[in-house]
Amino acid sequence: MNDRTEITLTINGRAHRIRVEPRRTLADAIRDDCGQTGTHLGCEHGVCGACTVLVDGEPVRSCLMFAVQAQGKPIRTVEGLASGDQFHPLQRAFMEHHGLQCGFCTPGFLMLATGVLEREPDISDADLIDVLASNLCRCTGYQNIVKAVRAAAAEMRQSPG
Amino acid sequence: MTITRDPRTPEAGTRGSGSAWVGRSIRRVEDPALVAGRGRFTADLAAVHWVRFVRSQVAAGRIEAIRRPAGAHVVTSAELAGVKPINPMLHRFGYVPIGQPVLARGEVRFVGEPIAAVVAASAGEAEDLADEVVVEITETPPVIDARQALAAGAPQVHASAAGNVIVSAELETPGFAAAREGRRLVSVEVRSRRQSALPLEPRAGHAAFDPASGRITLTCSTQMPHLMRTAIADLLGMREQDLRVVAPDVGGGFGQKMSLAPEYVVLVWLARELAGSVAWTEDRRENLIASFHSRDQCIRLEGAFDADARLVALSADVTANIGAYSCFPTTGAVEPLMALAELPGPYDVRAYRCVARGVLTHTCPMAPYRGVARPVITLATERLMDRAAAALGLDPVEIRRRNLIDTFPYVSATGLTFDEASYRQTMEIAVAAVDLPAFRRRQTAARRHGQFLGIGFATFSERTGYGTPAFAARGMEITLGWETVELTMDPSGYVEARIGASPHGQGLRTTLAQIIADEIGIAPGQIKVVHGDTDRTPYGFGTFASRSLVIAGGASLLAARKVRAKLVLLAGHLLEAAAGDIVLAGGVATVAGTDRSVPIETLARAAYHQIQRFKGEIEPGISASATYDPPGTFSNACHVAIVEVDVETGAAAVERFVVAEDAGRIINPMIVDGQIHGGVAQGIGNALLEEIVYDDSGNIRTTTLADYLPPTCREIPPIEIHHLETSSDASVTRAKGVGEGGAIGAPAAVINAINDAISPFGAAIDEMPATPQRIRAALHAADKMRDPMESGQEDA
Repeated sequence: MNDRTEITLTINGRAHRIRVEPRRTLADAIRDDCGQTGTHLGCEHGVCGACTVLVDGEPVRSCLMFAVQAQGKPIRTVEGLASGDQFHPLQRAFMEHHGLQCGFCTPGFLMLATGVLEREPDISDADLIDVLASNLCRCTGYQNIVKAVRAAAAEMRQSPG
Repeated sequence: MTITRDPRTPEAGTRGSGSAWVGRSIRRVEDPALVAGRGRFTADLAAVHWVRFVRSQVAAGRIEAIRRPAGAHVVTSAELAGVKPINPMLHRFGYVPIGQPVLARGEVRFVGEPIAAVVAASAGEAEDLADEVVVEITETPPVIDARQALAAGAPQVHASAAGNVIVSAELETPGFAAAREGRRLVSVEVRSRRQSALPLEPRAGHAAFDPASGRITLTCSTQMPHLMRTAIADLLGMREQDLRVVAPDVGGGFGQKMSLAPEYVVLVWLARELAGSVAWTEDRRENLIASFHSRDQCIRLEGAFDADARLVALSADVTANIGAYSCFPTTGAVEPLMALAELPGPYDVRAYRCVARGVLTHTCPMAPYRGVARPVITLATERLMDRAAAALGLDPVEIRRRNLIDTFPYVSATGLTFDEASYRQTMEIAVAAVDLPAFRRRQTAARRHGQFLGIGFATFSERTGYGTPAFAARGMEITLGWETVELTMDPSGYVEARIGASPHGQGLRTTLAQIIADEIGIAPGQIKVVHGDTDRTPYGFGTFASRSLVIAGGASLLAARKVRAKLVLLAGHLLEAAAGDIVLAGGVATVAGTDRSVPIETLARAAYHQIQRFKGEIEPGISASATYDPPGTFSNACHVAIVEVDVETGAAAVERFVVAEDAGRIINPMIVDGQIHGGVAQGIGNALLEEIVYDDSGNIRTTTLADYLPPTCREIPPIEIHHLETSSDASVTRAKGVGEGGAIGAPAAVINAINDAISPFGAAIDEMPATPQRIRAALHAADKMRDPMESGQEDA
């Protein structure tokens, strides 16, 4: 049980040197060992997507990955989405379009959408719905999440980067 | 009345334009922290000790022995001998009090019941040790289904509740039999399977002992911090002043987090014993098996209709499965008794008879979930209306037109007073929006090439914002009702509003600020609403039952009026004008019709730091408190669903959803629409997908989110909303509640639409969720369709 390995996780550009058991999930390591509690755990079995982070630019369920597997790969979480005081277009769009209520699922949706829009800025509406169906929200009925992501996508296409 | 559509573009809530803030879609003050990952949820707190609960793996039995791993810190009911059982009380309808030990004592009564708490230095270690705890149980036969629990010779869940009945209520209006006689009788039996409110954040608690003060702070994911403090202090024999309960950011509740979780009592007990900090976060499996369940009701209705298709007598029989224990504070009787009181719904019927009972079973305890009994009541009345329309050769809209109440105030057969509302108008708006004749043409054309579309209507009332009299009528030991708001304007002119309500996603920090801002003439951005901390807020009952905006909003308005009175008094002195001539707007107090003015922040400074300027005629400081305890008000709506049923697979998909609703005056259109979207989505999930499935031995088969299926964005169509704003005297802000309506109407609209779609086969379904298996079974039973696959799959 106390067989811990020393690893370094690079979260939002910052290196966190931590000692974890091999069984430690990436989600637990991010939250409990690195103190980045913006990433949430809703099911711990890979369905709800609240724990979605970007690893190597790809959205992953951090509850389904071991921390040791993420060593050496850039990890991005919701805490790194804004640039200083400037919210990311997706964060702004979620606020403007009321894409959140309790806010528990929001970090996961933001990271899912970030990953997808960076990879596929011109994604079709139908494909976007397919992607957003990966995560669960119990408050919004999804109406305004979809609206917010579409609005952010349009903005990001106009002023990329 | 005014009609508005779609929320206006959200605006930043900081510009002090002086115009009215109420009615505007200003952005939520809650959001910046939440989108930045800076929300504070209970599970984000660090602790020294972590707890894992050992739970019963059998539905019924006697605990013979509990064997602990060597050296492990394990707490059982033996250690908790001095802790009282959770035992909510109701003083009516023969309610049988049922005690629930916070850890099982002697017997277990449902799979998932907590038996022991294992304490370790991390959550992982606690879980490992919990796996090594051996509980020897001699199993006894369980009873899972409510109707079986009512049968003679059924196993008894509690010896004190004979026949497993915890509450049984009967009501019959005078002359019922005569009214029914000789009428056309139409009946229906609806059933709602067991469901979970399923907040995305599971329950979590963190209790910390402070050696300096001797107090304990319990941070937990709750909708009712003050009542949790009272309940836990009572059970543990503590003074309430020694316990502080904090509800930080709460990741959804929908009712599941308004009842007292026994686990939180254990955490506070442990924090006291260990003189340290103790944390527990449930996993999703625990949430699905041992957090509170809901629905699981069966309602039989018989309507007697006259020659004009008017409902002249309604008879109802309600059976609600309440699980193994009774939830605090409402008791498990809340569902059957609400059905009894509200079943006639929005229909004008004077002759009414109802029998309603709550039945104990060896299953997870039930607790209120968004809508409480009303999603099932509405399913029953709306199926009855559609069945009656078919029997009487009428259109579903026409039969409702003839029966909806239309004069106000209307006193129902059960004595409820319906305030001014718009039942017929909202229905006509919805019917016009869907263009019913055009839909019927499309439906007919589609059927010719094997596509089965259906349309379903649900008209309903949503009783909201009810205060003490309504709860007192239920006979609850704890009469929920009023809310208090305390306002303080500080010397810099900023306002703090401390509220007893406890929002968790409803945006109340934004909407209450809008109400207060209008009254005292400053911008919402200058008002900070504080909630969810028993040390910082006045006593209150929390957030549930579509009440907070009505009751805490009303208290906010009343308190703001007092602050306003103080400000105009201060301004009158400084401007040498009559207080009645002072106008507060845009952050400035002005003598009406002149250019003489003073900034409100100057008044605030003067009230604290230059009180001598008022010559001893005004008391220092600016603060006021108000309590609001309204009679209650009814929101109303008509929902319309258009579905397509694939008759080969039984899958139903909602293609379009229209809501025409009236929740009185709208404070923030964006937030109101968000509440409706969320409620409708849950209602669609309840109607099509969501089911907690027990096997006959009382084990739960649906223990992951791959088995229990909340809807994703693929199952939810665009939701189109139309608003009416009927002004009602029953609410001081003229706003009615809106939190539950979406979930109340949507299931009935969807199930009615499915029935319309499969009507060519002579098939009917009166149950939710209408899963593909059940729709196929209904088609099969109708035996009107050749079945090429001949699956013959039976209902699970």
